[in-house]
Amino acid sequence: MTALRHIFRDPVAALGLLIVLAAVVIAIFAPWLAPYPDDAFESHLLQRLRPPSAEFPFGTDNLGRDILSRVILGTRSAITVALSVVLAAMAIGVPIGLAAGWREGWLSEVLMRVTDVFLAVPQLILALALGQLIAPGIGAAMVALSLTYWPFFARTVFAETRRLRGALFVDALAGIGAGPARILFLHVLPNAAPAILVRATIGMGFTILTAAILGFLGVGAAPPSPDWGLAVSEARQHLPEAWWFPTFPGLAILLLVLGFNLLGDGLRDAADPRLRRSRR
Amino acid sequence: MLQVEGLDVQIRSERGTAQILQDVSFAIPRGGTMGIVGESGCGKSTLLRSILGIMPKGAETPRGAILFDGQDILTDRAASARGRIGFVPQDPYLSLNPVFRAGDQILEIMRRHAPGSRADHKRKIVELFRAVQLPDPEGALRKYPHQFSGGQRQRLLIAAALACDPALVVADEPTTALDVTTQREILALLRRLVAERGLSLLFVTHDFGVLASVCESVTVLYAGRVAETGPTRQVLDDPRHPYTRMLLACHPDRSADLSGIPGTVPAATAQPPGCRFHPRCPIARPDCATAPPPLVALPGGRAVACPHFETPLPENALA
Amino acid sequence: MLSYVVRRLLLALPALLGLVFLTFVLSRVIPGDPAATLAGDAATPAQLAEIRAQYGLDRPILEQAVIHIRQVLTGDFGRSVFSGRPVAEEIGQRLPATLELTFAALFLSTILGIPLGLLAAVNHNGPVDHLVRLLSVGGLAMASFWLAIMLQLVFSMDLDILPLRGRVDVEIGMPPWRTGLVLIDSLLAGRLDMFWDGLLHLVLPAVTLCLPGLATIARFTRSGVLETLQKDFVLYARAAGYGRVRLNAIYVLRNAVNMVVTQIGLLFGALISGAVAVEAIFDWPGLGTYAVQAILSADYKALLAVTLVVGVVYAVVNVLVDVAQALIDPRVAEDAR
Repeated sequence: MTALRHIFRDPVAALGLLIVLAAVVIAIFAPWLAPYPDDAFESHLLQRLRPPSAEFPFGTDNLGRDILSRVILGTRSAITVALSVVLAAMAIGVPIGLAAGWREGWLSEVLMRVTDVFLAVPQLILALALGQLIAPGIGAAMVALSLTYWPFFARTVFAETRRLRGALFVDALAGIGAGPARILFLHVLPNAAPAILVRATIGMGFTILTAAILGFLGVGAAPPSPDWGLAVSEARQHLPEAWWFPTFPGLAILLLVLGFNLLGDGLRDAADPRLRRSRR
Repeated sequence: MLQVEGLDVQIRSERGTAQILQDVSFAIPRGGTMGIVGESGCGKSTLLRSILGIMPKGAETPRGAILFDGQDILTDRAASARGRIGFVPQDPYLSLNPVFRAGDQILEIMRRHAPGSRADHKRKIVELFRAVQLPDPEGALRKYPHQFSGGQRQRLLIAAALACDPALVVADEPTTALDVTTQREILALLRRLVAERGLSLLFVTHDFGVLASVCESVTVLYAGRVAETGPTRQVLDDPRHPYTRMLLACHPDRSADLSGIPGTVPAATAQPPGCRFHPRCPIARPDCATAPPPLVALPGGRAVACPHFETPLPENALA
Repeated sequence: MLSYVVRRLLLALPALLGLVFLTFVLSRVIPGDPAATLAGDAATPAQLAEIRAQYGLDRPILEQAVIHIRQVLTGDFGRSVFSGRPVAEEIGQRLPATLELTFAALFLSTILGIPLGLLAAVNHNGPVDHLVRLLSVGGLAMASFWLAIMLQLVFSMDLDILPLRGRVDVEIGMPPWRTGLVLIDSLLAGRLDMFWDGLLHLVLPAVTLCLPGLATIARFTRSGVLETLQKDFVLYARAAGYGRVRLNAIYVLRNAVNMVVTQIGLLFGALISGAVAVEAIFDWPGLGTYAVQAILSADYKALLAVTLVVGVVYAVVNVLVDVAQALIDPRVAEDAR
């Protein structure tokens, strides 16, 4: 609650929260908010590439679909993809970080070396290779993104666990006979939660951006999905005439990622000013 | 040499205006050595920063003057005495930039404030390194700060303070960060250099022992005001202000720290009216709370800011 | 210093070996039967067996792993199924283009980011500061491919002052190959027209790619300078009479830059990732377009080789970063002892 109050006092972080909340609302009610909800799949070849107007505020695309509707419908897929990826990465990374941070020894060494291997290549490159090897498509892309983002959680949780393990109360708990699992899940994890939350928020922004690149390169979402990255890619063939076609989906990416980044920054300041400022 | 006259310093911030110094006056003659004693928060560092021309943000000086060699260095920026006043900081570990060579850091000061070429400056520094007894003076020029010990770093900083041939050296508790043996060596060195070169010295400390060994005269500050001033020997042997008396009585180890005296030092934003010490003073009278007591001159070059300095302290004053 | 460099290089080795092993697992385990993938859908059992023998796929898996690692270590990545040419050769031709682009972007983000960050810190909470903060958050939120297209739209299509795509103009052509870097090769050949042409082609991709780096560097310079300004040695330097400009621009910045340099190592990963999309948009003949082409033609060998080469470049850059840090702050190399 103090974290929430801190965020409201920081106008920049509050703006981030506002953007994220608005996006979540749009994502949930997308089919009801979009002026032409059927334009997710239907095409209207007679109204191709119309510039922005009262009827189509963001214009229409190469298949005559309302871009505003597709931007709204795309919010849902962008947030769903990012949320699934971040949750899956968390499910892998957090236990690994806990296990590696708990005791020094061969297990810890092995786990952190494996983490290093995954961090030895930029995430996008590894995700491209992985996604393509599994099977092209949005599902594989999501698996690949999760498989490449977990090391960031592992690193964060590892550092937190090491820090908390050194704190006196862990020794005291062990002294009164609490088992490692109990200490880790009931005491260490809740204390590491702020750092994990910050990492997850920043991970949301980062994943939306990476997923958009995958969509743009044609290895993520497939047509006719209203994916933003895909839309920008499709728009390239209709430039410079249809400037509005790539502009609005791109702005949607910018705004949503900005929202998560601002919120992540605010959360970090609220959670712990000592946390390193990094953005991956 | 240095004359501080009726200096007021206040710092404005969102939380209000803090009265840091009020009506502070003292003078150091050419070749004289003056100690400034007081607890943390008494305004020592603000006084130092005013003299050195590095006032913190929001600081104002509504009244008073600081005369150096007859020039007001507080208002006249051109006459600013930087370079002509050598400065020895408190913490030799934190006061040198870790990523520059020691020699380069001193050369940078000389580049702006000393005549001559870079080669002249280097020669001068080596000479000074020898004077402060730094081992391997030529090699020290090219070393980084972390390659020196704490005591060596303080010698280095003393050399830096002397680099531009100053008339006055300002030292801010230069030995508190050092171990006892090193403290003694550094104090001896400082004493010798000041005497040899005929320098004036302004020495800030909270240690009466150090004070007695270095300074001819002393000014005791309490909550931004001068409580008492005079020749060191006399002030230490026969303190007059109740604050000085209590300090010396409760601290046989001679560290200026009021923890034995009931009450706390007032916050700079909430100074009591009248004498600032009266809420903690065992001999305070009603009139002490109305107007600040003026500094009254006593025989022997002394002055005290308490009209009741002859009233004895009660037995239980230091319960 | 030399021993420090060597030690840093050795430290990077385990992760790289792990990466080689990971690529092996990826290439052999995930696609199911690699022989079937290689042979295509219409292969007969006899053809499959032949391919297995040819690629050593009939041997025990551990032996295969050893062979794979030995091949990779000798720079043998196999042949591309797309072009039929050795993958190593193709990568060798494309790597310089990517390096030229990423280093140009890194250069831009550094020479713009550090002064911006310094300016913001010195004007703490002033208008310049807020502007730089906005830029540094926005710069990281912008999708590189989108920015690239927007810049093309304005500068190439609308204003027509910068080339739309490619690395050189076809009519002017490439300078003779020496380093593979157009800017350097053209100068070596004494062809200023080629240099100018290469520079013009570099502007838009490099500007696009530099933005996240610019944002990060400005941000870390700002916080580094703010932190350094609080240090005792800055107060001492002011008291001792350092000039204001020199104090901020040299004395403080050198301390602050150390934190920035760490970020440059991490940034390089973001740069390479961004380069994939940016190269695709500008038809830049580098590793990014190669990777995309490999994906679209299901050319696993090429894709894995790109992954490995990027890993090596990444590791080398991070070693360079550590060395730079040791040069800036003499305590770094000694602490590592």
